[in-house]
This record gives sequence, C-alpha cells and structure tokens, in this order.
Amino acid sequence: MQDTLAHLKRGEKAIITDVSSIHIPLKLLEMGCLPGNAVKLLQLAPFKDPMYLNINGTHLAIRKETAIHIQIEKIEHE
Amino acid sequence: MSKQINVALIGNPNTGKTSVFNALTGLNQKVGNYPGITVEKKEGVCKLSRGIKAHIIDLPGTYSLNASSLDENVVIELLLNKNDKDFPDIAVVVSDVENLKRNLLLFTQIKDLEIPAILVINMSDRMHYKGISLDLDYLEEHLQTKIALISTRKNEGIDNLKNLISNYKDISVTPCIDPSEIDAEYFNNLQKAFPNQLIYKLWLVITQDVNFGKTNRKEIDAIASFKTKSKADLKRLQQKETIKRYQFINNVLKKGQTIDASQAKDLRSKLDRVLTHKIWGYLIFFVILLLMFQAVYDWATYPTDFIDESFAALADWVKNTLPPGVFTNLLAEGIIAGIGGIMVFIPPIAFLFLFISLLEESGYMSRVVFLMDNVMKRFGLSGKSVVPLISGNACAIPAIMATRNIESWKERLITILVTPFTTCSARLPVYVIIIALVIPEGDFIGFSYKSLTLMSLYIIGFLTAIISAYILNKVLKIKSKSFFVIEMPAYKIPLVKNVAITVVEKTKTFVFEAGKIILAISIVLWVLASYGPGEQFDNAEHIVKTEYKLLTDDALEDKIAAHKLENSYIGIIGKTIEPLIKPLGYDWKIGIGLVTSFAAREVFVGTLATIYSVGSANNAEDEDTIKNRMANETYKDGSKVFTFASGISLLLFYAFAMQCMSTLAIVKRETNSWKWPMLQLTVMSLFAYIVALIAFQFLK
Repeated sequence: MQDTLAHLKRGEKAIITDVSSIHIPLKLLEMGCLPGNAVKLLQLAPFKDPMYLNINGTHLAIRKETAIHIQIEKIEHE
Repeated sequence: MSKQINVALIGNPNTGKTSVFNALTGLNQKVGNYPGITVEKKEGVCKLSRGIKAHIIDLPGTYSLNASSLDENVVIELLLNKNDKDFPDIAVVVSDVENLKRNLLLFTQIKDLEIPAILVINMSDRMHYKGISLDLDYLEEHLQTKIALISTRKNEGIDNLKNLISNYKDISVTPCIDPSEIDAEYFNNLQKAFPNQLIYKLWLVITQDVNFGKTNRKEIDAIASFKTKSKADLKRLQQKETIKRYQFINNVLKKGQTIDASQAKDLRSKLDRVLTHKIWGYLIFFVILLLMFQAVYDWATYPTDFIDESFAALADWVKNTLPPGVFTNLLAEGIIAGIGGIMVFIPPIAFLFLFISLLEESGYMSRVVFLMDNVMKRFGLSGKSVVPLISGNACAIPAIMATRNIESWKERLITILVTPFTTCSARLPVYVIIIALVIPEGDFIGFSYKSLTLMSLYIIGFLTAIISAYILNKVLKIKSKSFFVIEMPAYKIPLVKNVAITVVEKTKTFVFEAGKIILAISIVLWVLASYGPGEQFDNAEHIVKTEYKLLTDDALEDKIAAHKLENSYIGIIGKTIEPLIKPLGYDWKIGIGLVTSFAAREVFVGTLATIYSVGSANNAEDEDTIKNRMANETYKDGSKVFTFASGISLLLFYAFAMQCMSTLAIVKRETNSWKWPMLQLTVMSLFAYIVALIAFQFLK
C-alpha cells in the first residue's frame, strides 16, 4: 500500500511520489510540493493536525485533509 | 533634467520586501488604496544618480503570478497592463537567500512576461549561519539578469541596487522558459490565434480565476473562445509548468549555489521545539496576549488621561479667552471636544499595532496560526482567523481585510462575520469611562475590579465571536474546499524601522479616517444641540423664568440651558427614542449617544461631552473632564443616571451592537454583497438590545 504524507511521523523523511493535483491548491505545488521532492515532518499540533513540514527547503504547515492527497515513499533511517 | 522611472517591487511574502522598500524610500512614502478595492497600495520616491527619480511601488507579496487572492491579483493586473500609468520600466524581484529556490519561481514568471527584472537577494547577513555560498556571476549569466546581494538589516548593498535600477536599460528581457513545451499543440494554436501577443501572457489570462476584476484586457478579450480545456486539464498543465520551472531553477542553482549543511546553525528548530510545543507553545502565547492587554490598558492610560485633560483644559481656555459668541461655542464645544475625542485613541492604538507588528515581523504569528488551526477549525474558522480576531482588538477594519489569506471562502466569511464582536479600540474609551463611573473601587487578589471588568469584556467579546462562528458554521450552507497552507518563515529580530513605520502609518490612517467622521459628527451634533424648532426653544429663557421665580441667577441659567437642550433638534430625537431605551436604563441623552454611535462607536464619549458641555453652561468654568460631568448627571428626581445597573447594561450593549458604518462598508466590499453587512447589523444590534435589557432589569 502506498503511504500518504498523513502517515509520516515526527522527524521522518520521505520523497513525494505523486500529488493528486485536483485536490491540492496550486499554491502548494508552487511552494515545492511536487513529485521527486523531499519532505520532512518537523512538528505536529495537538490531534496531529495541522502538520508542520519542510518540503523542498520550504517550511510550511498544511492540514491532514490535504496531506492525504500527497503520496510519499518513506526514506529509511540511516 | 530630471527623469522618472517606474519601479515595481515584487516578491514572496517574508522576503523582507517591505524592508527593501523602506530602505529605498525612507519616509518618502505614502499608503493608499487601489481604486475601488481595499488592497493597500504603497508607493514612494527614491532619488537615483544623474537626476533620475524612481517611483517605487511595493506590490503585495505573492508566491506566483497565479493569483489566489485579491491582493495577489493586483500584481498580475499591473504586470499584464502595459497602459497602466504605474506599469514598471523595471521589476525588482526580492528574494530571501534561504529560500532562493522557491523565490526564483516568481522571478522566472516575471522574466517570461519579458519585463526587465533585477534579482535582489536579501538577508545576505544570514548566509554564513546557513553555510550558503553563491556564485553571483554564474547566476547572473544563467538567469540573464543583474543581481543585488543586499542586507536590509545591516544596510548593505542598497547603493548597488540603486545603481542597477538607474541602469535599467541594460537588463535583458530574454524569457527563462518556453511554456509551449508543456502542450505543444495547444500552445501553437493559441499563438496562431493571437500572433501579436506573448504566449505566456495569453496563458496567464486563460488560467486566471474569473472572480477577479479585469482591466484593459480588451485586446485579448476574444480569448474566452479559447477556454476549451476543462479546469482539471488546465490545472494539470499548470502543474507541468511548475515542474518545468523548478527543473530550470534546480539546474541553475546546482552550480550557482552551494550549501554546506554542516555549517548551518539551526536556531529555527530549537525555537520551534518550544514555541510550537503542545504545552509550552500555548502557555507562551497566552503570556504574550496578557502582556499585550496590559500594555493597551495599563500603560496606555497615562498618555490617554493626559490627552483627555489637556483638551478639556484647552476648551475651557478657548471659552474664557475668546470673545463669547457662536464661533467660540462651536470651537470649544464642537470642534475641540470632537478632536479631543479622536486624540485619546492614539496611545492604545499605537501600543496595539506595536505588538501586532512585532509578532508579525518576528515570524511568530505563523506559529500562532499553526497552534490554533485545530481549535479554530472546530468552530468553523481557520488558524488564520486568529490574526483577524487578534487585530480585531485594534480595529475591525484592518482585521477584516486581513482575512484575505484564508483560502476557504466559508471559513473566511465566518471570520468576517464574527470579527466585529471582538473588542475594537473604539469601544475602549466607552468602556473606560463607564467602568470608571459605575464599577466600585477594590481589588481581587491584586487585580482591581475595574481592570477585571475590562478583561471580562474582552473575553465576552471573544467568546461571542467564537460561539457565533460555531453557530454560523452549522447554519450556513456553503460548499467550499478548505485549503490551508501557511508558510512558517524563519525567526527574525524585528527591524526597528519597519515596526516604527507600521505603527506610525496605521495610527495615522486610523486617526484621520475615523477622525473625519468623528469631527463631522461633533459639529453636526453641536448645531443640532444649539438650535431647535418652535417656541419652547426660542423662548426658553422666558418660559423658565416664569416657572422658577425664586432661583438664583446661576441656577436659573442652568435650567435655561437644560430646557434649551431638551427642546433642541437633538433633544427631540433623544426624547423620541427614549421609550425604546428606557427599559435598558438609559435617558434621552444617552439615547443621542447611541444614535450617533451607529456611525462609529468612538463618537459616544465625544457626543456626551458635547451634550453635557452644552447642557451645563456654568460648569464650563470649572476644570471639568467628561467623566466628572457624567458622574454628576441626574434625573429630575435627583437619582443618578449612571448607576451600576445602567452602566453594565450600557457596557453590554456596546460589546454586542454593530455600531460602525466603516466596518459595514468594508464587509460589503469584501463579501461583495449587502446581504452580509445587513445581517450583521440586524442580528448583532438585536442581540445587544436583548442582553442589555435583561442585564438592566435583573440588576435594577
């Protein structure tokens, strides 16, 4: 099963594999949320929503409901 | 010979664009509005070498040329319209050295419009903290531009930037990317249909949201016939375009920028670990809020009292010095009382904007949004509603304008509708004076009853806003996708210059905008109170003299003045509505205050000041402040007008009623319909009436 960004735990890193562009605002794509880019979960607010991420060097926060539309592949810890 | 060139400052939010603007223009700037919309327009003048003057526009911050808000749309409207008088001769794209990759996206878009663009890389002072080094020659060559590496914090590189601007003719206009590669067939057809137009410009026009205003696109209006692709298809193409842009940028940066991560000092993550922490984060936010309220109430009281007393003294002085007559009365009772009523706002507003601008400049505000989103979402609001709800404590007008970055229309509308419940500073003078009159002295674990009452009023306002949001969220049937994206900028020590300019500008705007209304109303009031129809007013002296034959001269004069006021135009208005407000515990004089308050709340104190100084002519010789005059106000039977019950009722009425024409006008503009402001006016005022009624009847 494919993981989505919503499955990421604090401190984990992943690579974005696909974004369903209908559900994702263009603004988020333009901030670097694109296939191939790296993402790291920095912090979660209470109830794990919203999520504070580092996507492609940009620090931003999105809601879980947006995160489930972003497919990822986790990078194993070295 | 002097020559003027147009310069547009463009850049992502949080890149220090405004600092660059302030560095270039100093205090040579003015803030206005774009015609017809409430987007702030900042322009300024900068003197360059060889007698060239640059007219600089600080455009709203935007992440790209694909507008998703009214503010961002201003940028596109200007860049697409060559006939606009502000169309830039040169665009200065401001970027932040830490976010160069993302910032360059906007840069490539502007280049593709074939507008000459200089790239400013700001915050160079942070490069060594982050282990970043740049090959400027390589970047200039491959981005086909000139680069100014600057630090507004250290004031470095500004002269170089000015130099580049004066030599704007040397900047290349070669585009970065050919958008037709993303769908060759579609773009070729498009170009064939409009051979004289730039392909990227056509593409932007096609993909812009139709909700936004359009100006001067006549030459490509026929493009409507070209909207053959579905929205989803267009978006897919936009995604392709974005990927292509990043490919270009990554290629350039691969050689042009090196980042040695081992050199990077990560202050951000250390601070974030505390400031966005599940417990500490909220605790710190709460303390900051407390500090802010303390400043607005406590610290601001001293200058406020001083201003209030000075104007009372000035009015007396004018009355005693100038020859008596209509003009002197108008000056002392109308104009000076009115201006005094405006000036008392300056200290609390300045303190509030000081705090808000510090929070925004430092990058902390985004953390608050992050912390609060989950809570706010449950009430149908967005984390971004926190900013308007906090700013609403200064003034609902900028607060409602600050809702523009909320992506979801429903969340935005709800925020707009409930923001006027938060305690704006216009309520503050009303609260302060009524509390001083009716709340007893004494304290509870070190906090005085008076300040606790004030604090409760703020809490009541905020809770009412939140609860109404919850109800609206259930009632309003609006389908809207709720997107939420917020950038978490790096922490920065606020620049004193930026904060100072914000505080001065905002206070000035508020004082002048609100001041105009207050002053006009003060004068109208004075006229209405000084003249009246019919016998009762004209023959007041005679009537009173026959009725009270045994009074001393002074007391007689008092009676005459009171009789005149009662029968003046304003007295008649007050008397007419008295039956309606009597159950709330108000007399007809307060009634007049209520009526004028529907123009703007802050008028209340000024109104009472005007009415009472007209009413009791003799007291003007004493050094009398508005407060003392109100405290001495009695009914005919000698009982006090301002009691605990009527005071609380009045406080609650002001907490809930929608009494601000300017707010209604802004809501109309922001929601593009009269439906919402009218809903606010009726529901809020009715609610205020009922609550005040219950409070008075219960406490009486």
